Amino acid sequence: MLSIFTKLSDWLVYSVLGLVPDSKLAGAVHFFIEDTTKIFFLLVIMIYVIALVRASLNVERIRDFLAGKNRFFGYIMGSIFGAITPFCSCSSIPVFLGFTSAGIPVGITMSFLLTSPLINEVAVLLLLSLVGWEVTIIYVVIGMAVGIAGGMFLDLIRAERLLQPFALKAYQTGQVSISEPGINPRLSAIERHHFAKVELLDILDRVWKWVFIGVGLGAVLHGFVPESWFENNLGSGQWWTVPLAVLAGIPLYSNATGVIPVMESLIIKGLPLGTTLAFCMSTVAASFPEFILLKQVMTWKLLAIIFVLLLTSFTILGWLVNIIYVI
Amino acid sequence: MKKIKVLGSGCAKCVKTAELIQLIANDCGISVNVIKETNPETIMNYGVMSTPAVVVDDQLMHSGSIPDKKKIEEWLK
Repeated sequence: MLSIFTKLSDWLVYSVLGLVPDSKLAGAVHFFIEDTTKIFFLLVIMIYVIALVRASLNVERIRDFLAGKNRFFGYIMGSIFGAITPFCSCSSIPVFLGFTSAGIPVGITMSFLLTSPLINEVAVLLLLSLVGWEVTIIYVVIGMAVGIAGGMFLDLIRAERLLQPFALKAYQTGQVSISEPGINPRLSAIERHHFAKVELLDILDRVWKWVFIGVGLGAVLHGFVPESWFENNLGSGQWWTVPLAVLAGIPLYSNATGVIPVMESLIIKGLPLGTTLAFCMSTVAASFPEFILLKQVMTWKLLAIIFVLLLTSFTILGWLVNIIYVI
Repeated sequence: MKKIKVLGSGCAKCVKTAELIQLIANDCGISVNVIKETNPETIMNYGVMSTPAVVVDDQLMHSGSIPDKKKIEEWLK
């Protein structure tokens, strides 16, 4: 069904614009038109449909569900909820404090917050349509593994000691609070539609520029970087390329929507999958603007620990994927 | 005079919410005191996890989105 976008792009690039097939410019423009049209088409339909289903799920419900749960189960559920809840980084602080003051361990809350930017329905959808189901599964498994293992580690070192004093106090006096029944009444079809419409416009408003930037970069890579460059220089998955890719991702700041088209292009060019994933996940998760936000509730020491934790896990997982998965 | 607090970490939606409330109050000729509350501890103490949230005379009325005009008018009454 999606081949219609390839045909549309063929027609626009070769017939309307009259570019010469196989030229660098045509390659880049073709990549850009095909990916942007396909991505926006899929985004509009899928965000709307998923929002319809998800209308009654909110952070208050998730908090009530996670509070007082068995630890191990908590990390896994925290990570799963992180993946399926829509989430804007500006709510990470209130959510962190809401969870903490309900007595939910810091590790479980962080499983939620670490997985959230990495995996969401938009990311999964883009992965499926651009790089196929195999890479999608590997991406999701790695994203959740980082969230779960990161959360466990933080509880192991008793990270709550390194919170800001007021947050620690809220955690210690925290108790399982269950929202009053009736706060989430059953939604009617019209309310669901309204929610989905608002959600769609909200997410599109947030991601549209990332789609253009991401696909634009992907297109330039696709059209102008010679096929053999990556393979000759980085293609055999030398061990140092993975930590290098992770470090390169730090100053770059993007969300998952912007990075996936770049990922597509890197994979096509023959960059090993583990290296590509390490680079992309570092770009999305290890970003300074979001870390600075967390400073309001954490000490510098804890922030530094989480940062190093993320970089180390991306590196190790990148190596693992390079060893296991040779394309 | 009603005291209205808009809770939120300073994101675009919180700013919009505060402006909208002020605008509607002006239209209705009601004098209000709108403050933007960005302190995370205060937000936590109201039990709010989704911002922007609106507190009218120390009572939490709304959370998680920009409120619609009808709701705001009701609060101002």
